[in-house]
Amino acid sequence: MTPAIEAKNLTKAFRQTGGLPWKRREPKRAVDDVSLRVERGSVVAVLGPNGSGKSSLVRIFSTLLVPDAGWARVFGHDVVRQPGAVRRHLNRVSVEASFFKEMSPWENMLYAARLYGDVSGRLRPRVEELLDSLGLQRDALDRPMKQLSRGQQQKVAIARSFLTSPSLLLMDEPTTGLDPRSKREVQHVLRELRGREDVTVLLCTHDLEEAEELADRVMILDQGRVLADAPPDQLKAGGRTLEDVFFALSGKEYEAEPEEVPA
Amino acid sequence: MIASDSIRLQAGALYGFIERQKNLYKRYWAWEVVWFVYSLVGVLSIGYLASGLEALGGGGAHFDVRSTELYLLAGALLWSYLSLVFMEVAVAIAWERWEGTIEYTFMAPVRRVTHLLGICTFALIYATVRSALVALVVVGLFHLDLSHADLGSAFVILLASTVPLVGLGIFTSILPLLSPEKGEQMTFAVQGMILLVSGVYYPLSVLPGPLRLLGAVSPLTYTLQGVRACLLQGSHVAAQLPVIGLLLAMGAVLIPAGLATFGLAERRAKRLGLLKRSG
Repeated sequence: MTPAIEAKNLTKAFRQTGGLPWKRREPKRAVDDVSLRVERGSVVAVLGPNGSGKSSLVRIFSTLLVPDAGWARVFGHDVVRQPGAVRRHLNRVSVEASFFKEMSPWENMLYAARLYGDVSGRLRPRVEELLDSLGLQRDALDRPMKQLSRGQQQKVAIARSFLTSPSLLLMDEPTTGLDPRSKREVQHVLRELRGREDVTVLLCTHDLEEAEELADRVMILDQGRVLADAPPDQLKAGGRTLEDVFFALSGKEYEAEPEEVPA
Repeated sequence: MIASDSIRLQAGALYGFIERQKNLYKRYWAWEVVWFVYSLVGVLSIGYLASGLEALGGGGAHFDVRSTELYLLAGALLWSYLSLVFMEVAVAIAWERWEGTIEYTFMAPVRRVTHLLGICTFALIYATVRSALVALVVVGLFHLDLSHADLGSAFVILLASTVPLVGLGIFTSILPLLSPEKGEQMTFAVQGMILLVSGVYYPLSVLPGPLRLLGAVSPLTYTLQGVRACLLQGSHVAAQLPVIGLLLAMGAVLIPAGLATFGLAERRAKRLGLLKRSG
């Protein structure tokens, strides 16, 4: 069966801006020769500190970033040559809840549903059900997004990604910046996705426990390179923690600093 | 079946872009009143400039203040409408850039032409409503004599001008895509250039040669010529067919060229990683 994601020798470097034009700095490699295969229906965690290349990888799979070398396919469709076919299958939750902040959650959800051709008379009840499952009060649905807390906004972002029923969910630090209760609620929803054959999840996180608990497989990334790719139990063989594994492979302490989230 | 599904999806998305803009503007209704006053003040200033020319001793024996008022007010109203369309299209893209939602738009299974046409359609509707309200006030205040005007024909020319205008709007939207910080301001520079060369407030003949050449490729030049002929001389739509044809031909070039250039800018942004706001 065609895997949900397949990538071979993916490489992406960014020009470093600033400084004098004749003193060009070496481009920074965000993704460095990454190859991976994510089977349908699985939950794979991409674990790494800030700047390890997690978000760049997600952007490549979501057709928002063109790799310099290598290739990537989503359900067999090349992300560069067949972006339209790729987009039908996926949705993404990013670390920053990107919305039209003046609009209400309902208006943002309605807009998202229209872009995916997913509008029916049952849309409003569906949105309410989704938000209920994420623990968001109904009265928040018609208030401008800017009046909601960061946690509430992130829950709406997650609900928006579920709304379009994607076959591939790219979740880039979905729980970053959430209070402990909201984090548990989101993790509960992610846990429910495990084992569902119709949804594949690529979960980028800096949270070791989250990766260990939610994923079937953990891929450790540092400076754009894959250091390890195996089930959590296999990585932790011999009584090691994922932190120990990271230290052993990278030679440095794991810095679990969350991504900076805009207010 | 697949084709009809795709058409339905694109049509729904097109409506989604218009609805999104409407929902955004709804939240700023008080600011809309301010912007309406701003547009009105701009047009009125030009109208009173025309009225004041006689008092300043300009024009000579053959100077007709009423037709000068109509000449300049037609230019001011059309400019108000056209500049609004440019600005609103650029603002829509700049807004998406600031909110970070442009990544979600680019990630959705929506064609770029649908996205841009949706934004342009809202800009056209919005600019039409705002300019029509300004026109109502102006006609009342200046007691403009439109008895010789062929308003229907002027409307047809205005309708034809929306085709190249959509093309120009798409070109304008490229600027905030390239730079969310400076792109929107750059649209003012583009607008200023179009204002200078298109004969909004003066006949093209007063311009030096190179600027006149630029005016000859501006769709606004022909829109103004056609609309003024209908309003001032009562020219019928049949006599304006060459102007209408030229405007449509310009649109046939500008829309695909705008889409292609937007595509290049989008690819560049994706290559250099410029779309992300953070994270």
